[in-house]
Amino acid sequence: MLKKKKREGADINGSSMADIAFLLLIFFLVTTTINVDTGIGMVLPPPLDPEQEPPPIRERNLMKILVNSQGLVLMDEEPVSVSEVKDKLIEFISNPENNVELAISPDAAIVSLKTQRETPYSIYIDMLDEVMAAYKDLRDAASRANYGVPYDALVDDSPQQDQIREMYPKKISIAEPDS
Amino acid sequence: MANFKKKQAGSKQEIPTSAMPDVVFMLLFFFMVTTVLREVTLKVKLDLTQASNIEKIEQKRLVSYIYMGPERLPGNQLGDDKVQIDDAIVDDLGAIRNLMYDKLIEEPRLIVSLRVDQNSEFGLLTDVQKELQQAGTFRINYSTKREAD
Repeated sequence: MLKKKKREGADINGSSMADIAFLLLIFFLVTTTINVDTGIGMVLPPPLDPEQEPPPIRERNLMKILVNSQGLVLMDEEPVSVSEVKDKLIEFISNPENNVELAISPDAAIVSLKTQRETPYSIYIDMLDEVMAAYKDLRDAASRANYGVPYDALVDDSPQQDQIREMYPKKISIAEPDS
Repeated sequence: MANFKKKQAGSKQEIPTSAMPDVVFMLLFFFMVTTVLREVTLKVKLDLTQASNIEKIEQKRLVSYIYMGPERLPGNQLGDDKVQIDDAIVDDLGAIRNLMYDKLIEEPRLIVSLRVDQNSEFGLLTDVQKELQQAGTFRINYSTKREAD
Protein backbone atom coordinates (compact mmCIF):
# COMPACT_ATOMS: atom_id res chain seq x y z
CA MET A 1 0.00 0.00 0.00
CA LEU A 2 1.36 3.37 -0.99
CA LYS A 3 1.52 5.66 1.84
CA LYS A 4 1.15 9.26 1.06
CA LYS A 5 3.97 11.27 2.44
CA LYS A 6 2.79 13.65 4.97
CA ARG A 7 3.67 17.17 3.95
CA GLU A 8 4.89 19.61 6.41
CA GLY A 9 3.32 22.98 6.45
CA ALA A 10 5.40 25.17 4.16
CA ASP A 11 6.38 28.28 6.06
CA ILE A 12 8.36 31.09 4.61
CA ASN A 13 10.72 32.41 7.15
CA GLY A 14 9.84 36.01 7.55
CA SER A 15 12.37 36.98 10.11
CA SER A 16 14.78 38.44 7.58
CA MET A 17 12.15 40.69 6.07
CA ALA A 18 12.96 43.38 8.61
CA ASP A 19 16.61 43.19 7.61
CA ILE A 20 15.79 43.63 3.94
CA ALA A 21 13.49 46.52 4.72
CA PHE A 22 16.16 48.12 6.89
CA LEU A 23 18.68 47.82 4.08
CA LEU A 24 16.37 49.57 1.64
CA LEU A 25 15.48 52.14 4.25
CA ILE A 26 19.12 53.00 4.86
CA PHE A 27 19.71 53.26 1.12
CA PHE A 28 16.90 55.80 0.71
CA LEU A 29 17.92 57.63 3.87
CA VAL A 30 21.38 58.12 2.45
CA THR A 31 20.29 59.12 -1.04
CA THR A 32 17.58 61.54 0.06
CA THR A 33 18.63 65.15 -0.05
CA ILE A 34 16.13 67.48 1.46
CA ASN A 35 17.69 70.54 -0.05
CA VAL A 36 16.13 73.95 -0.12
CA ASP A 37 16.65 76.27 -3.00
CA THR A 38 17.98 79.62 -1.98
CA GLY A 39 18.70 82.65 -4.05
CA ILE A 40 18.12 86.31 -4.71
CA GLY A 41 14.61 86.90 -5.95
CA MET A 42 14.00 89.51 -8.63
CA VAL A 43 11.18 90.59 -10.87
CA LEU A 44 12.07 91.47 -14.42
CA PRO A 45 10.38 94.43 -16.06
CA PRO A 46 8.16 93.85 -19.08
CA PRO A 47 9.91 94.23 -22.43
CA LEU A 48 10.43 97.81 -23.55
CA ASP A 49 8.33 99.18 -26.32
CA PRO A 50 10.84 100.86 -28.66
CA GLU A 51 8.40 103.64 -29.60
CA GLN A 52 7.52 104.47 -26.08
CA GLU A 53 9.68 106.95 -24.27
CA PRO A 54 10.97 105.76 -20.91
CA PRO A 55 9.33 107.64 -18.06
CA PRO A 56 11.27 110.68 -16.87
CA ILE A 57 13.33 110.14 -13.74
CA ARG A 58 14.77 112.93 -11.72
CA GLU A 59 18.50 112.73 -11.59
CA ARG A 60 18.69 112.94 -7.83
CA ASN A 61 16.45 109.91 -7.38
CA LEU A 62 18.66 107.69 -9.48
CA MET A 63 21.73 105.98 -8.10
CA LYS A 64 23.84 104.63 -10.91
CA ILE A 65 26.14 101.82 -9.95
CA LEU A 66 28.61 100.79 -12.61
CA VAL A 67 30.68 97.66 -12.18
CA ASN A 68 33.41 96.76 -14.62
CA SER A 69 34.81 93.33 -15.34
CA GLN A 70 37.55 93.74 -12.74
CA GLY A 71 35.02 94.39 -9.99
CA LEU A 72 35.73 98.11 -9.69
CA VAL A 73 32.69 100.14 -8.73
CA LEU A 74 31.49 103.61 -9.68
CA MET A 75 28.57 105.10 -7.80
CA ASP A 76 27.27 108.25 -9.46
CA GLU A 77 30.63 108.75 -11.20
CA GLU A 78 32.53 108.32 -7.97
CA PRO A 79 34.85 105.36 -7.41
CA VAL A 80 34.04 103.44 -4.25
CA SER A 81 35.07 100.10 -2.84
CA VAL A 82 32.60 97.22 -2.64
CA SER A 83 32.45 97.40 1.16
CA GLU A 84 31.31 101.03 1.04
CA VAL A 85 28.44 100.38 -1.34
CA LYS A 86 25.93 99.31 1.28
CA ASP A 87 26.42 102.32 3.57
CA LYS A 88 26.37 104.71 0.65
CA LEU A 89 23.15 103.19 -0.61
CA ILE A 90 21.48 103.43 2.77
CA GLU A 91 22.45 107.08 2.95
CA PHE A 92 21.18 107.66 -0.58
CA ILE A 93 17.83 105.93 -0.04
CA SER A 94 16.97 107.25 3.41
CA ASN A 95 18.63 110.67 2.95
CA PRO A 96 18.43 111.67 6.63
CA GLU A 97 19.83 115.17 6.14
CA ASN A 98 17.65 116.03 3.14
CA ASN A 99 20.62 116.46 0.90
CA VAL A 100 19.49 117.83 -2.47
CA GLU A 101 21.86 115.42 -4.21
CA LEU A 102 20.21 112.32 -2.76
CA ALA A 103 16.79 110.75 -3.15
CA ILE A 104 13.73 112.87 -2.33
CA SER A 105 12.08 110.04 -0.44
CA PRO A 106 12.88 106.35 0.00
CA ASP A 107 10.02 105.26 -2.24
CA ALA A 108 11.26 107.44 -5.09
CA ALA A 109 14.80 106.09 -4.99
CA ILE A 110 15.87 103.95 -7.89
CA VAL A 111 19.04 101.93 -7.93
CA SER A 112 20.43 101.22 -11.35
CA LEU A 113 22.97 98.47 -11.66
CA LYS A 114 25.02 98.30 -14.79
CA THR A 115 27.84 95.96 -15.63
CA GLN A 116 29.89 95.02 -18.64
CA ARG A 117 29.26 91.93 -20.69
CA GLU A 118 32.58 90.52 -19.54
CA THR A 119 31.82 90.96 -15.84
CA PRO A 120 31.89 87.61 -14.06
CA TYR A 121 28.58 86.52 -12.62
CA SER A 122 29.96 86.34 -9.08
CA ILE A 123 30.87 90.04 -9.11
CA TYR A 124 27.41 90.92 -10.36
CA ILE A 125 25.80 88.84 -7.62
CA ASP A 126 28.08 90.40 -5.01
CA MET A 127 26.87 93.85 -6.03
CA LEU A 128 23.24 92.78 -6.09
CA ASP A 129 23.77 91.26 -2.67
CA GLU A 130 25.02 94.61 -1.37
CA VAL A 131 21.95 96.37 -2.75
CA MET A 132 19.69 93.76 -1.18
CA ALA A 133 21.57 94.13 2.11
CA ALA A 134 20.99 97.89 2.08
CA TYR A 135 17.26 97.42 1.56
CA LYS A 136 17.11 94.69 4.20
CA ASP A 137 18.78 96.95 6.77
CA LEU A 138 16.40 99.80 5.99
CA ARG A 139 13.33 97.59 6.15
CA ASP A 140 14.52 96.00 9.37
CA ALA A 141 15.10 99.39 10.93
CA ALA A 142 11.66 100.63 9.88
CA SER A 143 10.01 97.46 11.08
CA ARG A 144 11.77 97.61 14.44
CA ALA A 145 10.81 101.24 14.90
CA ASN A 146 7.14 100.61 14.09
CA TYR A 147 6.47 97.10 15.31
CA GLY A 148 9.47 96.17 17.43
CA VAL A 149 10.38 93.11 15.38
CA PRO A 150 12.63 92.66 12.34
CA TYR A 151 11.06 92.63 8.91
CA ASP A 152 11.44 88.88 8.51
CA ALA A 153 9.48 88.26 11.70
CA LEU A 154 6.36 89.94 10.29
CA VAL A 155 3.69 87.68 8.90
CA ASP A 156 4.03 87.29 5.14
CA ASP A 157 1.73 89.60 3.16
CA SER A 158 0.32 91.10 6.34
CA PRO A 159 -0.69 94.80 6.26
CA GLN A 160 2.35 95.61 8.40
CA GLN A 161 4.69 93.98 5.93
CA ASP A 162 2.98 95.70 3.03
CA GLN A 163 3.41 99.02 4.74
CA ILE A 164 7.13 98.53 5.25
CA ARG A 165 7.43 97.36 1.68
CA GLU A 166 5.70 100.50 0.47
CA MET A 167 8.06 102.64 2.53
CA TYR A 168 11.10 101.01 0.99
CA PRO A 169 10.14 99.49 -2.34
CA LYS A 170 12.99 97.71 -4.04
CA LYS A 171 13.33 99.64 -7.24
CA ILE A 172 16.32 98.04 -8.82
CA SER A 173 16.98 98.45 -12.47
CA ILE A 174 19.33 96.04 -14.17
CA ALA A 175 20.64 98.01 -17.11
CA GLU A 176 21.70 96.32 -20.29
CA PRO A 177 25.43 96.40 -20.83
CA ASP A 178 26.76 98.49 -23.68
CA SER A 179 28.60 97.12 -26.66
CA MET B 1 28.28 18.88 45.85
CA ALA B 2 25.25 20.88 45.74
CA ASN B 3 23.74 21.62 42.43
CA PHE B 4 22.66 25.12 41.95
CA LYS B 5 19.81 25.43 39.63
CA LYS B 6 19.26 28.75 38.08
CA LYS B 7 15.91 30.09 38.85
CA GLN B 8 13.96 30.58 35.72
CA ALA B 9 11.32 33.12 35.27
CA GLY B 10 7.94 31.61 35.23
CA SER B 11 6.77 33.32 32.05
CA LYS B 12 8.73 34.05 28.91
CA GLN B 13 9.59 37.70 28.50
CA GLU B 14 9.83 38.60 24.84
CA ILE B 15 9.19 41.77 22.99
CA PRO B 16 6.95 41.02 20.07
CA THR B 17 8.85 41.99 16.96
CA SER B 18 6.31 40.95 14.41
CA ALA B 19 5.28 44.56 13.82
CA MET B 20 8.82 45.75 13.20
CA PRO B 21 8.79 45.09 9.43
CA ASP B 22 5.61 47.13 9.18
CA VAL B 23 7.20 50.05 10.97
CA VAL B 24 10.32 49.83 8.86
CA PHE B 25 8.31 49.56 5.66
CA MET B 26 6.36 52.64 6.60
CA LEU B 27 9.56 54.61 7.02
CA LEU B 28 10.86 53.09 3.81
CA PHE B 29 7.84 54.23 1.83
CA PHE B 30 8.15 57.72 3.27
CA PHE B 31 11.73 58.04 2.09
CA MET B 32 10.97 56.40 -1.24
CA VAL B 33 8.28 58.94 -1.90
CA THR B 34 10.32 61.94 -0.84
CA THR B 35 13.45 60.94 -2.70
CA VAL B 36 13.90 62.59 -6.04
CA LEU B 37 15.95 60.12 -7.94
CA ARG B 38 15.82 61.71 -11.31
CA GLU B 39 18.02 64.74 -11.12
CA VAL B 40 18.79 66.61 -14.26
CA THR B 41 22.06 65.51 -15.75
CA LEU B 42 24.06 68.66 -15.95
CA LYS B 43 25.74 69.24 -19.24
CA VAL B 44 27.37 72.41 -18.01
CA LYS B 45 29.76 72.95 -15.15
CA LEU B 46 27.99 74.61 -12.28
CA ASP B 47 29.69 76.25 -9.36
CA LEU B 48 27.23 78.52 -7.64
CA THR B 49 28.32 81.78 -6.12
CA GLN B 50 27.54 82.86 -2.59
CA ALA B 51 25.38 85.63 -1.20
CA SER B 52 24.09 86.46 2.23
CA ASN B 53 20.79 88.25 1.62
CA ILE B 54 18.88 85.42 0.08
CA GLU B 55 15.42 84.00 0.32
CA LYS B 56 14.12 80.47 0.19
CA ILE B 57 11.88 79.24 -2.57
CA GLU B 58 9.11 77.59 -0.67
CA GLN B 59 7.04 76.25 -3.52
CA LYS B 60 9.33 74.01 -5.46
CA ARG B 61 6.57 73.02 -7.84
CA LEU B 62 6.62 76.49 -9.36
CA VAL B 63 10.30 76.48 -10.11
CA SER B 64 11.80 75.90 -13.50
CA TYR B 65 15.54 75.86 -13.84
CA ILE B 66 17.87 77.37 -16.37
CA TYR B 67 21.49 76.37 -16.09
CA MET B 68 24.35 78.41 -17.44
CA GLY B 69 28.02 77.61 -17.42
CA PRO B 70 30.92 76.26 -19.44
CA GLU B 71 29.91 73.17 -21.39
CA ARG B 72 31.32 69.85 -20.27
CA LEU B 73 33.17 68.21 -23.09
CA PRO B 74 34.37 64.61 -23.20
CA GLY B 75 37.73 64.12 -21.56
CA ASN B 76 37.17 66.44 -18.62
CA GLN B 77 37.41 69.54 -20.74
CA LEU B 78 35.32 72.65 -20.58
CA GLY B 79 33.95 74.46 -23.59
CA ASP B 80 32.26 77.80 -24.04
CA ASP B 81 29.47 79.06 -21.84
CA LYS B 82 26.19 77.40 -22.75
CA VAL B 83 22.59 77.49 -21.61
CA GLN B 84 20.87 74.30 -20.52
CA ILE B 85 17.14 73.95 -20.03
CA ASP B 86 15.80 70.63 -18.75
CA ASP B 87 18.07 68.01 -20.26
CA ALA B 88 19.31 69.73 -23.37
CA ILE B 89 21.69 72.49 -24.23
CA VAL B 90 20.00 75.33 -26.03
CA ASP B 91 22.26 76.68 -28.73
CA ASP B 92 19.79 79.08 -30.27
CA LEU B 93 18.95 81.57 -27.54
CA GLY B 94 15.85 82.65 -29.44
CA ALA B 95 14.28 79.28 -28.65
CA ILE B 96 14.24 80.08 -24.93
CA ARG B 97 11.35 82.45 -25.53
CA ASN B 98 9.03 79.69 -26.77
CA LEU B 99 10.27 77.14 -24.27
CA MET B 100 9.64 79.38 -21.31
CA TYR B 101 6.36 80.66 -22.71
CA ASP B 102 5.06 77.09 -22.89
CA LYS B 103 6.09 76.53 -19.29
CA LEU B 104 4.39 79.75 -18.26
CA ILE B 105 1.12 78.61 -19.85
CA GLU B 106 1.33 75.39 -17.86
CA GLU B 107 2.14 77.15 -14.61
CA PRO B 108 1.17 80.84 -14.51
CA ARG B 109 3.00 81.45 -11.23
CA LEU B 110 6.26 80.19 -12.66
CA ILE B 111 9.52 81.17 -11.00
CA VAL B 112 12.58 80.82 -13.15
CA SER B 113 15.60 79.86 -11.12
CA LEU B 114 18.80 80.87 -12.86
CA ARG B 115 21.62 78.62 -11.82
CA VAL B 116 24.69 80.28 -13.20
CA ASP B 117 28.32 79.33 -12.79
CA GLN B 118 30.16 82.01 -10.89
CA ASN B 119 32.79 82.51 -13.57
CA SER B 120 30.45 82.83 -16.53
CA GLU B 121 30.06 86.25 -18.04
CA PHE B 122 27.17 88.61 -17.48
CA GLY B 123 26.61 89.03 -21.21
CA LEU B 124 25.06 85.61 -21.66
CA LEU B 125 22.84 86.14 -18.64
CA THR B 126 21.52 89.41 -20.00
CA ASP B 127 20.71 87.75 -23.33
CA VAL B 128 18.76 85.06 -21.51
CA GLN B 129 16.99 87.65 -19.39
CA LYS B 130 15.92 89.49 -22.51
CA GLU B 131 14.37 86.28 -23.78
CA LEU B 132 12.63 85.77 -20.46
CA GLN B 133 11.17 89.25 -20.71
CA GLN B 134 9.82 88.40 -24.14
CA ALA B 135 8.38 85.15 -22.82
CA GLY B 136 6.67 86.98 -19.98
CA THR B 137 8.34 85.01 -17.20
CA PHE B 138 9.22 87.93 -14.98
CA ARG B 139 9.74 86.20 -11.65
CA ILE B 140 13.32 85.05 -11.51
CA ASN B 141 15.66 83.91 -8.83
CA TYR B 142 19.43 83.99 -8.95
CA SER B 143 20.32 80.76 -7.27
CA THR B 144 23.13 81.17 -4.78
CA LYS B 145 24.54 79.35 -1.82
CA ARG B 146 24.32 80.81 1.62
CA GLU B 147 27.41 82.72 2.55
CA ALA B 148 28.95 81.73 5.84
CA ASP B 149 28.93 84.78 8.04
